[in-house]
Amino acid sequence: MGNFLTTIGLEIHVEMKTNSKLLSPSPVNFGDSPNANTNVIDWGYPGVLPRVNKGAIEFGMKAALALNAEITRDIRWDRKNYIYPDNPKSYQTTQQATPLGQHGYVEFEMEDGTTKRVGIRELHVEEDAGKNTHGGDGYSYVDLNRQGTPLLEIVTEPDIESPEVASAFLEKLRQIIQFTGISDVKMQEGSLRVDANISLRPAGSDEFGTRVEMKNLNSFSYLRTALAYEQKRQSQEIIAGNQIQQQTRRYDEPTKSTILMRTKEQADDYRYFPEPDLPPMHIDQTWVDEVAATLPESADSRLKRYVGEFELGAKEAGVLVQTLEMANFYDATVAAGADAKKAANYLIGDVNSYLNDTQKDLQDTLLTPENLAGMINLIEDGTISSKQAKKVFEAITEGKEPKAYVEENGLVQESRVEVLQPVIASIVDANEQSVADFKAGKDRAVGFLVGQIMKQTHGNANPNVVNQILLDELNSR
Amino acid sequence: MDNFLNLDIKTVHESLVNGQTTVVELTQKALEFIHSRDEELNAFISIDDEGALKRAEELDAAGIQEDNLLYGIPMAHKDNIVTKGLKTTSASHILENFVPVYNATVVEKLNEAGVVVIGKTNLDEFAMGGSTETSFFGQTKNAWDATKVPGGSSGGSAASVASGEVLFALGSDTGGSIRQPAAYNGIVGLKPTYGRVSRWGLMAFSSSLDQIGPLTRTVRDNALVLNAIAGYDDHDATSSQKEVPDFTAKLGQDIKGLRVAVPKEYFSEGVNEEVAEAVRAGITKLEELGAIVDEVSIPHTKYGIAAYYILASSEASSNLQRYDGVRYGLSERSGDTLEDMYVNTKTEGFGPEVKRRIMLGTFALSAGFYDAYFKKAAQVRTKLIQDFENIFKDHDVIVGPTAPTVAFGLGEEDDDPKTMYMNDMLTIPVNLVGLPGLSINAGFNSENMPIGMQIIGNKFDEQTVYQVAYAFERATKLYEKIPGGDK
Amino acid sequence: MAETLSKQEAKHVAELAKIRFTDAELDVIVGQLGNILTLVDTLNEVDTTDVVPTYSVTENVNMFRDDVADNWNQKTDLLNNAPQQQDDMIKVPAILDGGDN
Repeated sequence: MGNFLTTIGLEIHVEMKTNSKLLSPSPVNFGDSPNANTNVIDWGYPGVLPRVNKGAIEFGMKAALALNAEITRDIRWDRKNYIYPDNPKSYQTTQQATPLGQHGYVEFEMEDGTTKRVGIRELHVEEDAGKNTHGGDGYSYVDLNRQGTPLLEIVTEPDIESPEVASAFLEKLRQIIQFTGISDVKMQEGSLRVDANISLRPAGSDEFGTRVEMKNLNSFSYLRTALAYEQKRQSQEIIAGNQIQQQTRRYDEPTKSTILMRTKEQADDYRYFPEPDLPPMHIDQTWVDEVAATLPESADSRLKRYVGEFELGAKEAGVLVQTLEMANFYDATVAAGADAKKAANYLIGDVNSYLNDTQKDLQDTLLTPENLAGMINLIEDGTISSKQAKKVFEAITEGKEPKAYVEENGLVQESRVEVLQPVIASIVDANEQSVADFKAGKDRAVGFLVGQIMKQTHGNANPNVVNQILLDELNSR
Repeated sequence: MDNFLNLDIKTVHESLVNGQTTVVELTQKALEFIHSRDEELNAFISIDDEGALKRAEELDAAGIQEDNLLYGIPMAHKDNIVTKGLKTTSASHILENFVPVYNATVVEKLNEAGVVVIGKTNLDEFAMGGSTETSFFGQTKNAWDATKVPGGSSGGSAASVASGEVLFALGSDTGGSIRQPAAYNGIVGLKPTYGRVSRWGLMAFSSSLDQIGPLTRTVRDNALVLNAIAGYDDHDATSSQKEVPDFTAKLGQDIKGLRVAVPKEYFSEGVNEEVAEAVRAGITKLEELGAIVDEVSIPHTKYGIAAYYILASSEASSNLQRYDGVRYGLSERSGDTLEDMYVNTKTEGFGPEVKRRIMLGTFALSAGFYDAYFKKAAQVRTKLIQDFENIFKDHDVIVGPTAPTVAFGLGEEDDDPKTMYMNDMLTIPVNLVGLPGLSINAGFNSENMPIGMQIIGNKFDEQTVYQVAYAFERATKLYEKIPGGDK
Repeated sequence: MAETLSKQEAKHVAELAKIRFTDAELDVIVGQLGNILTLVDTLNEVDTTDVVPTYSVTENVNMFRDDVADNWNQKTDLLNNAPQQQDDMIKVPAILDGGDN
């Protein structure tokens, strides 16, 4: 951006997929009818008291470990006071003074191959609010199902220098969190939410410019567009000699611009203070070790393993670790006996196309690692041809067992010389012109003859065996 | 029997066991008496005739449990303790018609023990006050003199027990709200150790100070009720997992050699002379019974009120924000906007004292003032805790007056809130430190109004507090004197 | 430490608390809170250097609940207590601003 340096920091909220809420035993479950998963605690009834879900703390610890953060040993809860219809107690229970983790970092590679590192200032566990629907009839409607779902708030250092780096960082963060298994981290479903702050300063200046905060950055593209817009807006303001006002802005997708929400003068006063209803927590090393032992293997580690042990290309390995489901599926397929390279090819090729075509997530399909491995092994041992494999793949997407399917449908590949020899001989007999072409050095003739043979054998002939017999046959004439 | 004056739980229990009376008869008589007595007294916000009688019939039908002293005993809950299906208001307009959908843990426990809940007693709005004058449902009167306040905030509970309307009642105590009205009405009131009794279902005033406790005519009754309500509760993460002893176990043990600390600050200026005299006489009685009495100092006593005001009001300002007209309770929707609804609901729903404390607490927590007020008060709280730890190194109990005066006249409370708050000076430190404290009648002043003596124990040592109180009660038999009679 | 509370500050605090006071009421409140704050100022007589603040006297630590879901099925009771409800949701006057969090 011309003569300005950009400084960006992100505040990320991750909804954690525990069984129950942070402070009440109500189920955490999306898509249920309004208020079905609520009780007196979630409604902030007079006289109710909270009780902390141990699972939510352990999920937070997993994230802290995965983000290389130090885990705070003595933690208390704080109340953040503000009145809003989706905030039943009128305070949010959070960890303002003693966040669960501090001083972490994320390292990632940009497309041009450069490595970046963004500091994680802190991460803490808190509760999510309910959901307001605006009726357009002069009323709003409150559903408290989401109220109390455990959230992880992750705050970066202001280490990010461009919208592109912000986006790449967020991709990496999403991957890291996803591989801990604590969240689906889906922006479109709201389980990953991003706020950003951005400031500009003249090149060469050490002093940060005035920060503008931005909300409603609900997709990677919104994040990039909003930050780029803000970069431009702020630089124009500065060039015009105007002061940047400290304010909160909202990204507006239709106009691809940011809109003022409130200025600093309207800033809230949250009156944080220690939550007297919740005793402090103490996290000792034993507990940290126990949680660390349950942390799934990270994407980075898997990528290294795939390249190192399985000799995959970095690009292929990268595709496999894009989602935890894919990586888990891949590992399970290899564990079920499939050749590592072939399994990778199938996942990156046919399985991914299938997912794209059907708009499904891997875990929502009937595919299993065992069936995919079974199919790959049937190809390997020559039982089926790769052409037959197309049919078998279709079958395993429907949850069928490949070996049984192949047997039921007679899809066994024909490799017996005594069966193929007469067929090939008769086709060669019937195509004198092709024999002549072959003799004249025209390789195309072989392709034509193979096509005829495959047609005759309904595609069941083993192509390798056919090739061998055919060449012998032609050479003998 | 027309009322429960001169009766205790054990006596009533025996008459149930030997068939002299039934739970229904007991309940009917209690209700009859309450309907006449409460016209003047106004101890109750809700009287549950139908529910109580139905319950009584069920208990009779199920058969009296001989070894269960609380079975069939009529009692009342302070109206900030939630009762499923029975209106619970905290004496506030904002909850005037609020019907809870769950029971407080203490309510569940007493129901299991077989009590009959007669109704819900009056209090200062949201338990903020010491006179029951801030109730939206009118002033409760003192059981001894209807021109005097019953104290507060558990004024309704204290007056209902002292007047014989019920055998016992539960109250809540944040800065003296059980002990001071017990003192003003000449009965026994205990604030248990913080964490001894579950707060689940107690409408929060100040979460780090609130405790539920029993108000009774006798020490033994008090211990019996505490036996039934004490103990760890999964619903309350601040409730203690310590073993609950039998609180009646030390009743009757002599107090020879027990070390009693008497803080000189508890007899400072501002403590009425007649009150000081009666309590000193009480301490002399303990000495006669064999206790060893030392004068001690609790240097940070005078800072307790200031610390309390900041901490309790700050917590209250947060706890009471939820009354916003969205989900339950009063919702004033005559305005156009959401903001109008919030402001109108709170402005109309809360009384002046509650507003004042919300204002103070909101201010103390607001940006720029937190360290100077809230944190400072929390540090002074630590100093006060250390004071008490020092005393309990070589003493078993601390004894002094419960309140600096006897019950004052209706409407006579000093307008200056500062003076009002001084009335809590002797009870507040017990809440800040989290100790058990009991008030027992130590005699009467020249106007025949009861004077309360406070016995403070070490953390979780309610047993010794009861032991001392019981020894004193047996030696003085002051409970035999009843309101309206000169026995 | 501020000895008293200005009327301006009191107005701000009332806005935070969402309580409306008339001008006359506000004068009374300012006076009363001023008195209390004068009393509170006596706390400055106590040297609290390096004194750890006490926010709760509970001795409990790590009071957790296992991550097991339990639906108390209170939806109907809760909705019936709501001042207004529609389609299983709590109905409130329209929320106009962007909200928080």
